[in-house]
Amino acid sequence: MLGERASRSGSRYDSARTRAVFSRSLGDQLKSPRFTYVAPTSVEEALTALAEHGDDAKLLAGGQSLVPLLALRLASPSALIDLSGVPGLDYIRREDGHIAIGAMTRERAVERSDVVRELVPLLSVAMPLIGHLAIRNRGTVGGSAAHADPSAEIPAVAIALDAEVVVSSSARGERTITSDDFFQGFFTTSLEPDEALLELRFPVVRPGTGVAFEEATRRHGDFAMVGAAAAVRTENAHIVEARIVVIGVSDTPARRHEAELALAGAGLTGGSFEEAAALAADSLTPPSDLHGTSAYRKHLVRVLVRRALESAARHSQEGG
Amino acid sequence: MSDTMDVQLTVNGTQHSANVEPRKTLADVLRDDFDLTGTHVGCEHGVCGACTVLIDGQAARSCLTFAVQVRGSEIMTIEGLAEDDELNPLQQAMRASHGFQCGFCTPGFLMQITALLNENPTPSEPEIREALSGNVCRCTGYQSIVAGVLLATGQPPIADSTP
Repeated sequence: MLGERASRSGSRYDSARTRAVFSRSLGDQLKSPRFTYVAPTSVEEALTALAEHGDDAKLLAGGQSLVPLLALRLASPSALIDLSGVPGLDYIRREDGHIAIGAMTRERAVERSDVVRELVPLLSVAMPLIGHLAIRNRGTVGGSAAHADPSAEIPAVAIALDAEVVVSSSARGERTITSDDFFQGFFTTSLEPDEALLELRFPVVRPGTGVAFEEATRRHGDFAMVGAAAAVRTENAHIVEARIVVIGVSDTPARRHEAELALAGAGLTGGSFEEAAALAADSLTPPSDLHGTSAYRKHLVRVLVRRALESAARHSQEGG
Repeated sequence: MSDTMDVQLTVNGTQHSANVEPRKTLADVLRDDFDLTGTHVGCEHGVCGACTVLIDGQAARSCLTFAVQVRGSEIMTIEGLAEDDELNPLQQAMRASHGFQCGFCTPGFLMQITALLNENPTPSEPEIREALSGNVCRCTGYQSIVAGVLLATGQPPIADSTP
């Protein structure tokens, strides 16, 4: 229709007129549904606004998951409470036994952090797997955790390392939740409607630990069909402790306790990694979709868990 | 809260302001309110990278950012690359390498490359490919785009660049 008008005018391009046509049509046809916009300037204001607007409100952090949902009209919150102007939520701090990361810390900042590389290496190696550079420049750690995409890397790392999630509400104040309790299902967390995620706490890595995060994706930067995170702590060429989490196979990142236990005390040679990988895959019934069948995903679990374990064990031998 | 808000941005060194709906993306505001239509909108949900601009020096999807989120920020768009009527060295290298065909994705690529070169003036070919992995081009097959970045940074061409 726009093309018709332009050609009928006879001139090559009547920019003022075209612009009028465009802006009239676009004014009514923005991608996102309408919402009430709230721009708090402190955590207290944000929590008050969240309590006021209730269940229909959403916190807007980096927007790299929420804005696409709005653009596709898969979500239509009545209010968006924008955390861009809230100071004090962007930090990476070493505290007692853990690294505390503020909810509004950009993924790119975590990726570049020397402190994280040294003390929470699994988080560090997971970062480049998240989307693309331009996404990580805006996307936040808190946003990714609260969004709870079952294929996302940050929830997987949190579950693998028993990270804690600090949340707060104006009515009840702060509470700390274990990752196991926090990630409840498909895009579902234990956050109450009036609660905001403020911080994630990742335990500092123990000496002799190696880590790896393996993924199978159709295209670079896509969500993984299957991913496997592993942390392996060794002493005298034996495994003391292993952590294994698989993504893309269930409603939440899946910790593989059985496989972890099977590895405790095992040597670094022989079939222990292969056996653990088989154990990790055995009890899973991954979903089938356009990107892969259940059987294929199960196969990927076995392959990727084995690779992740081997690579993590190798790194642990190299001194972390 | 009112239905519209004032948004002030510095775009390519020039102050701009507009009164917009909060649901208007940065891409929409650049194009509709500031008449800077060099920023292209492709998929409008963060997949294609055509709308990439620099926000305070960092490459970002302008379709995944509401303008109200970045009030007061410095934005750089494709219009900020050329000096007067002269293409900048990156643009010249892209032209010399046939780094674009239809040109739709080009603004996003050039802004992503600009961010890369600000951090790393001589990226290796794998680093270039990694940095550009979030930008989709349906014409070139990417070889000529990578070649353009190598040319712009004074590096030898790809050993076997036959597409």
